[in-house]
Order: sequence, then structure tokens, then C-alpha cells
Amino acid sequence: MEIKICGPGCASCEKAQKVVEAAVAAKEVDASVTKITDFQEIAKLGIFSTPAVIIDGDVKCVGRAPKQAEVEEWISNS
Amino acid sequence: MKKINIGKAAIIGLLGFALWYVIYKQLEPFSYFFAYSLLGLEKGSHLGDAVQFFVYDTPKVMMLLTIIVFVIGMIRSFFTQERTRKYLAGKRESAGNVMASLLGIVTPFCSCSAVPLFLGFVQAGIPLGVTFSFLIAAPMVNEVALILLYGLLGWKVAAMYLGSGLLIAIVAGWIIGRFKLEHWIEDWVQELRAGEALVIEKKLTLADRIEHGCEAVRDIVGKVWIYVVAGIGVGALIHGYVPENFMTSIMGKEAWWSVPAAVVVGIPMYSGAAGMIPIVEALLGKGAALGTVLAFMMSVIALSLPEMVILRKVLKPGLIAVFIAVVGTGILFTGYLFNLVI
Repeated sequence: MEIKICGPGCASCEKAQKVVEAAVAAKEVDASVTKITDFQEIAKLGIFSTPAVIIDGDVKCVGRAPKQAEVEEWISNS
Repeated sequence: MKKINIGKAAIIGLLGFALWYVIYKQLEPFSYFFAYSLLGLEKGSHLGDAVQFFVYDTPKVMMLLTIIVFVIGMIRSFFTQERTRKYLAGKRESAGNVMASLLGIVTPFCSCSAVPLFLGFVQAGIPLGVTFSFLIAAPMVNEVALILLYGLLGWKVAAMYLGSGLLIAIVAGWIIGRFKLEHWIEDWVQELRAGEALVIEKKLTLADRIEHGCEAVRDIVGKVWIYVVAGIGVGALIHGYVPENFMTSIMGKEAWWSVPAAVVVGIPMYSGAAGMIPIVEALLGKGAALGTVLAFMMSVIALSLPEMVILRKVLKPGLIAVFIAVVGTGILFTGYLFNLVI
């Protein structure tokens, strides 16, 4: 599973990353969590508010840090 | 998400507010009791005044901050950046400038979300001037700053700050729009106009919105309390120890050059609004003119070097220079105007 977090690196982007990592650990799935910090790359995905979470190419949320329960549900459904 | 009964929530909210108000009203008498009776400090002495000021202002400002940040946090759950973009997409310039400035106050925003937001606005075809109205208002008219100004200096100063902040955002955005500087946006941004913005909206319940409010309190109050306390501490020392007219010759009304100096000095400095207010209060208390001090504060908050560095990724240097010049001039006028009127 490939999880990407889009965000330039402010407080809420870091929160999003922590939440995702915690969810991955809790679900014990094999997933790579990477960050996209380049604005140009983020904008090309059609994302204009950060943070955003992408799981296997599917954009799951835009403009907010998700809750851990949400992320766990997304991981289960992917 | 569990459901919350609206009537029950309202009653609990009202009771909570009543309790808050009763405690709030006791703060001033308590500070006198604490400094002059309990500690036995002499009324009118430097130490006594400083202690009383600190013991009164710290809980007062923290209580005001908590309740307003909670309310604004709930209000903000109605305004997402996606929605703001949609509201503004169809607006013409003048009306757009006004709306963008107002939305700048209530839309959740931080300085590093400035670039994605800017890109989204360009992509939605929102005029450049309207976009700038938003980008100027968002940091400048800040709820924490307003509350602190209200709590420490009274509602008149807070209202003037709100009014002039909005006016600068509206007028500066409008002027930037008149210059027709679209060609000073970086080229790769221009190519985005064709694309489609991704929007994922989540339906929020009342419980979600209350949670938003609580989260805002945890986030904001949790982060700024230390600055507030430290700032009031410095303010208390100045209050008690620095002579009354200490600042008059440097930052008083007579010193005409102090307004532009305040703006220039403020640009490289960067601080959130919260850290500024106690300094503002201390300067005013010692004879600095209100216009000069507000100009300094606006310059520190609205024209920040880190934000310029971030915006440089999407704007060519010329446009950043115009932005600084127009907003700086607006702040300058505000400074002189306040010094003239008050």
C-alpha cells in the first residue's frame, strides 16, 4: 500500500502525517508513507488546500488533518 | 458520531457562559486582594502595581482568548477554503475585494497554506486583486489580536484595528488589481487554469462543530499562552518600572518619522499577533502614539519575510515588491490617520 501526504510542512501537515503513521501501525499493514512537499507537484494533482491524504492514488481528504479512525477505515477499504 | 440534542447543548452552553462571566467579573477585585492584602504590597509602589497588573491581566486575557477561540473555531467549521473559493469565483472585482477581505477573517488559514490557496484561487479564475485582498486580510485581521486589543485597550481600539485592517485589504487588493500584473505570476501557475480542483466535502454535525471549537482552543491557546504570559510579564515590568513618558520622544505624535520607521522595522520581524499585543500595550502606556504603534504591529503581522519567501515560489519578484509597497503605504496612512485623529 502506498500512502502519500501532501503538505509543505506546517503544523497541521505534520499532524496529518502522525495520524497516518499511527493508523498504519495500529492496522499493522505494510504501507509506505511518503510526503509530497513541492507545491507544483501538489497542484498538479488538483489539490489546492493542504494537508491532503492519498492512498494508492485515491485522494481521501483535502484541506484538513484526518482522524485516526478515519484513516484506519480508509486503509481497511483499500 | 453520536448525536447531540440541540436544546441540551444550548442549556449547557449558557450555564457554562454564566459561570465564565461570574469568574471573569471577580478577576479585578481578586488581583487587588492578592497584591495588596495577601502579599501586603504597598498600593502605588512599583512592585505592587506590577504584581497587580500581572495577576489581573493574565487570567483575563486567557479567559477571553479561550471563549473567543472556541466560538471562532465553531464558526470556521462552516467556512472551508473550498467554499471560500467557490463564493469568490463568480465575483466581479470591487464586490470581490470586499467579500475576499471578509472571508479572509473567517476562513481557516495559516501562512504555509498561502501558496496552495493562491494556486486554487488562480485556478478558479478569481482576479489577482481579489486574491490579494484575501491574502492581506487573512493574517492581518486576526481573532487573537482583536481579543487581546479589546481586553487590554478597550473596544474602540479593537474596532479601529478591525476597520482599518479590512480597509487596507480591500483597497490594496483593488489597487493591485488595477495594475494588471497577471504576467508577474510564475509561468507554471498560469498553466493550472485549465485543470479541475478536487473537492471532498465532509458533512458536519453539531457535535463535530463543537469538537472543532475545542480543537481550536487546544491548538491555539495551547500554543500562544506562553507568549501571552511572557508578554504580560514584560508589560507588567514596564508598567511598574519604566517612567511614564519614556517613549514619547521616540514614538510620540511629534516624531513624524516614527511611523515609516515603525513600518520598515516591522517587515523583517515576524511574530504572531498574540506575541505583539503586550508589547503594544506597554509602548502605548509609556507615551507612544497609537497610530505609530498600530502601524508597527500591522507591519510585523501582515508583511512577514517568511511568507514572502513562500510566495516567491508562485510570484515573480516584481509582484512581491508591489505587494509590499501597496500594503506598506496603506499601513503608513493608517498610522498617520490614527495619530491625527486621536
